[in-house]
Amino acid sequence: MDTVIHTNKLTKRFGDFIAANEITFDVYRGEIFGFLGANGAGKTTAMRMLCGLSTPSSGTATIAGFDIYKQAEEIKKNIGYMSQKFSLYEDLTVLENIRFFGGIYGLSDRQLKEKSEQLIETLGMKSEVKKMVGSLPLGWKQKLSFSVAILHEPKIVFLDEPTGGVDPVTRRQFWDLIYEAVDSGITVFVTTHYMDEAEYCNRISMMVDGEIKALDTPAKLKQQYSVTSMDEVFYELARGAKRSE
Amino acid sequence: MRTLKFLLRKEFKQIFRNKALLPMLFVVPIMQLLILPLAADYEVKNINITIVDQDHSAYSQKLISKIMASGYFRLASYATGFNDAFDDVENDRSDLILEIPQGFERNLIRENEQQLYMAVNAINGVKANLGGTYLNRIIADYNADVRLEWVQMSKFNRLPTIEIVSSNWFNPTMNYRFYMVPGILALLVTMIGAYMCALNIVKEKEKGTIEQINVTPIKKYQFILGKLIPFWVIGIVVFTMGLFGIGWLVYGIAPIGSLLLLYAYLSVYLIAVLGLGLLISTYAETQQQAMSIAFFFMMIFILMSGLFTSIDGMPEWAYIMTKFSPITYFIEVMRMIVLKGSAFSDIKSHFLIMVGFAVSLNGWAIYNYKKTS
Ligand SMILES: Nc1ncnc2c1ncn2[C@@H]1O[C@H](COP(=O)(O)OP(=O)(O)OP(=O)(O)O)[C@@H](O)[C@H]1O
Ligand SMILES: [Mg+2]
Repeated sequence: MDTVIHTNKLTKRFGDFIAANEITFDVYRGEIFGFLGANGAGKTTAMRMLCGLSTPSSGTATIAGFDIYKQAEEIKKNIGYMSQKFSLYEDLTVLENIRFFGGIYGLSDRQLKEKSEQLIETLGMKSEVKKMVGSLPLGWKQKLSFSVAILHEPKIVFLDEPTGGVDPVTRRQFWDLIYEAVDSGITVFVTTHYMDEAEYCNRISMMVDGEIKALDTPAKLKQQYSVTSMDEVFYELARGAKRSE
Repeated sequence: MRTLKFLLRKEFKQIFRNKALLPMLFVVPIMQLLILPLAADYEVKNINITIVDQDHSAYSQKLISKIMASGYFRLASYATGFNDAFDDVENDRSDLILEIPQGFERNLIRENEQQLYMAVNAINGVKANLGGTYLNRIIADYNADVRLEWVQMSKFNRLPTIEIVSSNWFNPTMNYRFYMVPGILALLVTMIGAYMCALNIVKEKEKGTIEQINVTPIKKYQFILGKLIPFWVIGIVVFTMGLFGIGWLVYGIAPIGSLLLLYAYLSVYLIAVLGLGLLISTYAETQQQAMSIAFFFMMIFILMSGLFTSIDGMPEWAYIMTKFSPITYFIEVMRMIVLKGSAFSDIKSHFLIMVGFAVSLNGWAIYNYKKTS
C-alpha cells in the first residue's frame, strides 16, 4: 500500500506543555483516516503540523512524499485544508471565494470556470452564487468550504471537525461529498467528535492527552475492547484523559 | 503575477464593500483637513500692548514703530511708569507690557547689550504668551538691525554675527494655514497607511482566513504585495484629494515645487509607512493589540513631528528622537516642496533617509511574517 502520510515521533511543545507527544502513524492512499480524541487532545495541533502551518518541536514527517521541514511549499501544493474555524471570506460571494482560492492555487481561467460551475451544480447552490458567504447557513458554509479545499485536486485533504454543529441531514450530505472525493482519488484525513462518523472511516486513531493510544479499523477496535459501538471504545480510551474539559 | 491579480482583486472588493472603512478613508480625512487647520491656527491678532518708554530716544521710537507695524499689536496706552502700566493689565485693558528702560539707546551702542522688560497678562495666557513670542521675534529682528548699524560704525567686529533665521521665512505672510495644512495632510496619510494596513492583516488573523491563505503555496512576497499595493493606491488617492481638493481649492495653497518630486517622495514614504503597518501586524494577534501598538507609535511620531510643537524648542534628547520618526521628514519635505519649491538637491538626504526607513521597516516585517508558526 502507498503511504501518503508518514510521521515519526512528531512532537509539538508550547513551552513546558506537550500538545502532541511523539505521534507516529501512517496513512495510506485512498483511505479515510479518522483522527479522534477528546477536546484538547491535540488533534488540531497535529493537523497543523502536517499542513505546514506549525513547525514541529521534534520528530519527522513526510506528506505526499515531501519532508515537512524542507519542502513545506511543495506539500502545500498537494494538500487541501479545512480548518476547525470557518475561514472563507464572509464578505465575498460564493463565486468570488471559489475564484479567489482557485486562482491562488494556480488554476487557469478555463479550469476556474469549469470547476466553479461544476461545484455549484453539485452543491445545488445556483441561486446562492451571488450571495455573501457570511449570510449562508452553517451547513452550506461547511460544504462550500470543503469544496473549495479540494478545488485544486489535492492528493490529501485535511478536515478539522468539518461537521461540528451541523444538522444530521447536512452531515449525511457532507459525507457524500467526502466519499465522492475519495472516489476521485483523494485521501481524507478527518477529525470528528461524532462516533457515527467514526464508523465511516477506514481506520481510526485515538488521541489521548497528546498521545496516540489506539490505531486500527473500527471493527478491530471494537473487538479489541470487547464492545459493540465506537462510543464505548471512545469512552474506554478517553476516560483516563486529564485534559478533557 | 496571476496570483497577485487575484489577491488585489479580492482586497479591493473587500475594501469597497466595507461600509465602515470607506468613510474612514475618504470622508474623515477631508473633515479633518477642514477643521484641524482652523483649530490649530495659533495666529492671534489685536494683542493689546502697553508700552513704557523710559528712554525716549530715536532707538526706542524705532523699536516701537516696528512693533506697531507688525500688525499683531494694538497700542493700549503709553504709560509713564510700570505701575501705571500694571493698572492697565489689572483692568484687562492690556495683555502685555513692554518696558524700555532708561539708557536703552546708549547701552545698546556702547555695550551692545540691553535688557527689555516684558510682562504678560496671565488671565488670557494664550493671547499674551503668543504676543510675547511675536514681540520677542520682532525685538530679535530689530536687535540684529541695531547691531548691524553699530558694527558698521565701529568698523571692527567684536561680536559674533548673530543670524536670525525666522522659521517662517518661506511663509512671509505668517499664514498658519499654509504652514499647517501640508503638515496635517502628511499626518493623515501616515495614519491611514499604518492603521489600515495593520488592521487589515490582523483582521485576517482574527477571522482565521490567514490560515486558509498560509496553507496555499502562495509566496510571502505575493501576499505582502497584495496587502501593500491597495493601501498604497488609497494613500495616493487620499493625498491627492487633500492636496488639490482641500489644500488648493479651499485654502488656496498651490504647490510651488515639482509635483513629480512630491509624488515620488510620497511613494517612498507610503512604502515606509505601510511597512510599519505590516510590522505591527506581525506582532499583534488581535485588532485591539494592533490599534494600541499603532496608537503608541502615532502618538510619539506626532509629538515628535514638529507639527504641533516646535522642534527647535525641544530638549536635545527629544530633538534626536525626531530623527527616528519618518513623519518628521515627510512634513519637512511637504513644506519644502509645496511652500518653498525646493528641488531634488534640497531634499536628497530626506529621500535617502526615507528609502532607508522603507527598506528596514519592510525588511523587518517580511522577515517577521511567517507562514508557519
Ligand atoms: N498556540 C498554543 N499555545 C499554547 N497552547 C496551545 C496552543 N495551541 C493549542 N494549545 C493547547 O494544546 C492542547 C491541544 O489543543 P488542540 O487544539 O490541538 O486540541 P484538539 O484536539 O484540536 O481539541 P478540540 O477537539 O477542542 O478541537 C490544548 O490544551 C490547547 O490549549
Ligand atoms: Mg481542534
